[in-house]
Amino acid sequence: MKAAALALAVLLAQAGAAMAGEQAACDEAKHLVQAETALPRVAAAIAERHSLKVIVLGTGSSTLPGPGGESAAYPARLEAALAGLLPGVAVSVVADVRPRRTAAEMKAEEFNHIMDERPALVVWQTGTVDAMRGVDPDDFRLTLDNGVKKLQAHGADVLFMNMQFSPRTESMIAAGVYADNMRWVALQHEVPLFDRLAIMKHWVETGTFDLYDASRNVDTAARVHDCIGRLLGEFIVDAVKGAPATPQDSK
Amino acid sequence: MNLTGQIVDPSPGAARDKPAPARAAPPERDLRLDLFRGIALWLIFLDHIPSNIVSWATIRNYGFSDAAEIFVFISGYTAAFVYGRAMRERGVVVASARILKRAWQVYVAHMFLFVVYMAEIAYVSRSFASSLYAEEWNIFDFLKQPDATLIEALLLKFKPSNMDVLPLYIVLLLGFPPVLWLLTRRPWLALAASAALYYASWKFDWNFPAYPTGEWVFNPLRWQLLFVVGAWLGLGGAERIGWLMRSRVVLALAAGYLIFAFAVVLTWYFPRYGYLMPRWLGDIIYPLDKINLDLLRVAHFLALAVLVVRFVPRGWPALNSWAFRPAILCGQHSLEIFCLGVFLAFAGHFVRVELSGGPWLQVVISLAGIGAMIGVAWLLTWYRVLEGRGPGSRRAPDADLAGGTA
Repeated sequence: MKAAALALAVLLAQAGAAMAGEQAACDEAKHLVQAETALPRVAAAIAERHSLKVIVLGTGSSTLPGPGGESAAYPARLEAALAGLLPGVAVSVVADVRPRRTAAEMKAEEFNHIMDERPALVVWQTGTVDAMRGVDPDDFRLTLDNGVKKLQAHGADVLFMNMQFSPRTESMIAAGVYADNMRWVALQHEVPLFDRLAIMKHWVETGTFDLYDASRNVDTAARVHDCIGRLLGEFIVDAVKGAPATPQDSK
Repeated sequence: MNLTGQIVDPSPGAARDKPAPARAAPPERDLRLDLFRGIALWLIFLDHIPSNIVSWATIRNYGFSDAAEIFVFISGYTAAFVYGRAMRERGVVVASARILKRAWQVYVAHMFLFVVYMAEIAYVSRSFASSLYAEEWNIFDFLKQPDATLIEALLLKFKPSNMDVLPLYIVLLLGFPPVLWLLTRRPWLALAASAALYYASWKFDWNFPAYPTGEWVFNPLRWQLLFVVGAWLGLGGAERIGWLMRSRVVLALAAGYLIFAFAVVLTWYFPRYGYLMPRWLGDIIYPLDKINLDLLRVAHFLALAVLVVRFVPRGWPALNSWAFRPAILCGQHSLEIFCLGVFLAFAGHFVRVELSGGPWLQVVISLAGIGAMIGVAWLLTWYRVLEGRGPGSRRAPDADLAGGTA
């Protein structure tokens, strides 16, 4: 009996340590996730309706392959994180995700449908496919610009998420110009930008995750998405409060 | 050659003024061109290695323009200097033929690089199965249609990332004979025509198409401006505006603009100071388009050039010192060293990914790459001396050396 209790305690401690470790790993990049801009429509939805509906509009990097991929991917993890951070609020996160879509294609195909759903927040993950296809950066910027205006006019806040950091294909996909354009549009419209590119690069530099691993390592992929979901949740809640969280001394 | 006020290249005139000693001691090549082109080649190499911490040292992080501007400008300057002399001495047909031969050489070099690149990509794609990067994996799609890919590459429409400079240079050379002809007769008219083409391509949104979608990453119709400005200066324009270059007002304006650009760039790296950047100013200057060679980039490059010719005079004794020798050697073989740099950047990135290395490995790769570039440049010089075509024993106006024009 005593032994069983001890074993249980050890197990619990291990699980706790693992969870704390995971949280610490995510927080490794916390200083890159500082909300500088507010999300007034999300704040209103939480305050007035006690509900928050989020649509993640994304491509292949917003999901994971295989059975259980969807529940391990960051949109599902975001829902869990937001539910924890916003007690008493009915949170729902819907993933509107299909691979190989440029920003313009997402806008053309999904915006009408999204606006019918009336979400308080649209997380717009884009940039990778445009960079791979070499879409004219000016056109890319105009698409984002028009897209933000359209969504905001229909009562949704917008949040940008840029590309993943992919060390192996880094020399083949010229992502820089597209990331810059996303940042400029974000600044112009005071739209928060979740800088996934910088966060994942930081993880590589600090050795938090081995993103060089080219194998089908589902575990790493799931942990990366879990972290992204958590950080994104904290980012949204910070933005709702309208003030950046106290900077962590992670450097 | 002098150390005082003469900061511009008087070579075409100088060649005419003293024809007698020219055979024994040909007009001294302006080593500053080789030096800065060599440095530009190193910077391009460092910038082409993705996420390279050493690339913090390159100029693109301190202002609007980067090594591409230096490279295109100096290439225009040298091309005009060399082929301009050929046009004067041997006529329009011979000079044009040599320019086109040069364009062919650059094309062959580009295709060689393309094959190397394809080999690397094909290799990487075989071992790549990460579930995290299913989307990014689609970059290898073109391997499934080699027919279209290869034909479009031969037509210079399909260009993998980082392989855009040589196609630009090929187009610039192809269009150069008539420009050179006009430059030797009506230099101001040639300059005006170049500006008009720049303006028209802005007004009507002209660029060359790329495959599978999009347009050229270096729009030749815009970048020709810098090439022609370089050529114009190389054909005596530098003398014409020498008074302007020596003016204190211009110097102050150039320095002021460089400081302004530096301050703007700082707000990119320290976003928390972004609020110091007024919205209206951002609306004016962004997006600092590199594809279309934004005029603010041209201005930044010219401001840098004003400072450089001011503080690094032609014939500066240090140019002959051993310290600058490596960069000058690289600058004198620019086509070969450029290609080597692109290849080394691929290879360096590949090594880093395979070894999952940290910052130290990046430093080692960067230094080893520059070392390899210097070594090969030295070897090429050795070959040239071996073939009796060394700088000391130049027989004819040397297209090759100058032809290091790439």
